[in-house]
Amino acid sequence: MNFHRFFAVVKARNIEFFRDRSSLGWNLFFPVLLLIGFSFIFSGEGRPSYKVGLITSDGVEQSTKQKALMQLRFIEFIDYQKLKLATDKLSRHSIDLLIDYENNRYWVNEESSSSYLMEKIFLGEQQGFARLESSGKSIRYVDWVLPGILGMNMMFSCLFGVGYVIVRYRKNSVLKRLKATPLSALEFVSAQLVSRLFIVMFMSTVVYSGCNLFFEFFMLGSYFDLFVIGALGAFCLISLGLLVASRSKSEELIGGLLNLTSWPMMMLSGVWFSLEGAPDGLKVLADFMPLTHLVAGARAIITEGATLSDISFHVNILLVMSAVFLILGSYLFSWNTER
Amino acid sequence: MNAAISVQSLCKHYQDVCAVDNVSFEVQQGHCFGLLGPNGAGKTTTIEIMEGIIKASSGQVLYRGQQVDSNISQQIGIQFQHTALQDFLTVKETLSLFASFYQETLPQTKLIELCDLGDFLDRDNRLLSGGQRQRLLLALALINDPKIIFLDEPTTGLDPHARRNFWQLIKNIKAQNKTIILTTHYMDEAEQLCDDIVIMEQGKVIEAGTPHQLLAKHFEDVFIYLPCEQVSSELQAQYCWKDLGDRIEIPSKNVEHTLSLLMQHQVALDGLHVKSANLDDLFLKLTGHSLQS
Repeated sequence: MNFHRFFAVVKARNIEFFRDRSSLGWNLFFPVLLLIGFSFIFSGEGRPSYKVGLITSDGVEQSTKQKALMQLRFIEFIDYQKLKLATDKLSRHSIDLLIDYENNRYWVNEESSSSYLMEKIFLGEQQGFARLESSGKSIRYVDWVLPGILGMNMMFSCLFGVGYVIVRYRKNSVLKRLKATPLSALEFVSAQLVSRLFIVMFMSTVVYSGCNLFFEFFMLGSYFDLFVIGALGAFCLISLGLLVASRSKSEELIGGLLNLTSWPMMMLSGVWFSLEGAPDGLKVLADFMPLTHLVAGARAIITEGATLSDISFHVNILLVMSAVFLILGSYLFSWNTER
Repeated sequence: MNAAISVQSLCKHYQDVCAVDNVSFEVQQGHCFGLLGPNGAGKTTTIEIMEGIIKASSGQVLYRGQQVDSNISQQIGIQFQHTALQDFLTVKETLSLFASFYQETLPQTKLIELCDLGDFLDRDNRLLSGGQRQRLLLALALINDPKIIFLDEPTTGLDPHARRNFWQLIKNIKAQNKTIILTTHYMDEAEQLCDDIVIMEQGKVIEAGTPHQLLAKHFEDVFIYLPCEQVSSELQAQYCWKDLGDRIEIPSKNVEHTLSLLMQHQVALDGLHVKSANLDDLFLKLTGHSLQS
């Protein structure tokens, strides 16, 4: 590994990115626009469907009232046996209302429009319950969705910024020209990885800091931990981008592959909505996606004040995935100079 | 002679297609060596095997008698036929980037002067003209001060003025005792620059030697051309001169003697044109079709 060559490629790639104003602008403004859009959308009507938590105990049969409520359509009911866990979920917008039929009480999240509406629906159906507010500081939806939007933006930047660029380089013979120099594949690939990691973390920090001036984001954990999980997630996603782009010369094919990789993550990794109550199969599938662990880890730090050791499951999964993607990507990487 | 590169029984197959078929030749130190042939003749494949960019199906390439090793890229310079450069970098930044890849490099000022890059050093790569771009690519090929330089169709797509400027750059480089391997389908370029040539067609070497040797071997005659209307059909038929439509082609081993003959037959010499055979004629003779076609 020649670090002189390595840093020269990192520098060249960074210059290319920062001078490409359209790409730079897109990376800066897209997440900001999404955040602004969602803060407006969800300060108003809320999400179209509701999730209600029910405190249940083993062996206790459902009451008639409970059965009647559960007949309502477009509401998802999730059982919880631990009250603390359930109220935490309510505080974090994972559910919209929590009901304890045994003790005739319910909890609402005062910061959530969905919780407000769900309470109205509940009270329209049933009476005689004590009203409680979720414990701890409640968070807004924009606080909840922030890690998802930043994570999604990082995902697109990592996958397309590395995968698409390498295939373009391969197609128009930039890679061929580089292969004719003493630059090794390891130096080139590492430089792409480090350059993109720097760009993604720099841009995400700028976006977060800039938006924080206006939104005053909720933050219970440490910024350092948030940066670490962000960097780890970005590293993993870049490695995935390198793997996807390891051989192909076709921009059309790589566009399809990257979309195939990114869209399921966007829908299933908890970017927009919680997977609380989703079928187990879907949750298992989501666990195989790096973005799931990036978003879940970042969200736990922001909304629960978790430390890196608290989210060691997500950290370890991201490390293992990064190693697998990098090893496979390096093994499969081809300058692909043959016609 | 001292062979800088020896190509031995090189073959390259792409599935059912044989791109290079048992090609052998030697390139002498300090010579400009031309690989000539039409598009699809196998020139680029041959040169890229020599550069170590692609692998041969069989055969070998020796540099001063040694097999190509991974260190070869430090010692050679390459200008590919089709190369994109990194977007948004300036010429100066591109030179710095490539200089960082090598242990030893030419001083940037010397390179800029040699390839005449001074006027557009701060220009974005995307905004370079064809000629400027080729000069930058040549500079990148020379950046490590290589002893051997590969130039693959370096003037394709350039206007005549830019081509001639580029030829002068190549002559300047050659004057520094560098070995140059040049592929081209321009015969005038080969005649101007090459000491030795190999002519390829359909993956095979069909002729090799110096341009002078090859022309002497295949053409004893020079050609005299006269407008058709000045030569009677009887005279044409008597000497089997070729009618090219607008002019008559008269092959001649002795121009003086042929001119006396024409004057004896009272042929007017207005519009007379004398021409030696060139490499294009040679290619036409060897393959039955023009190189440019």
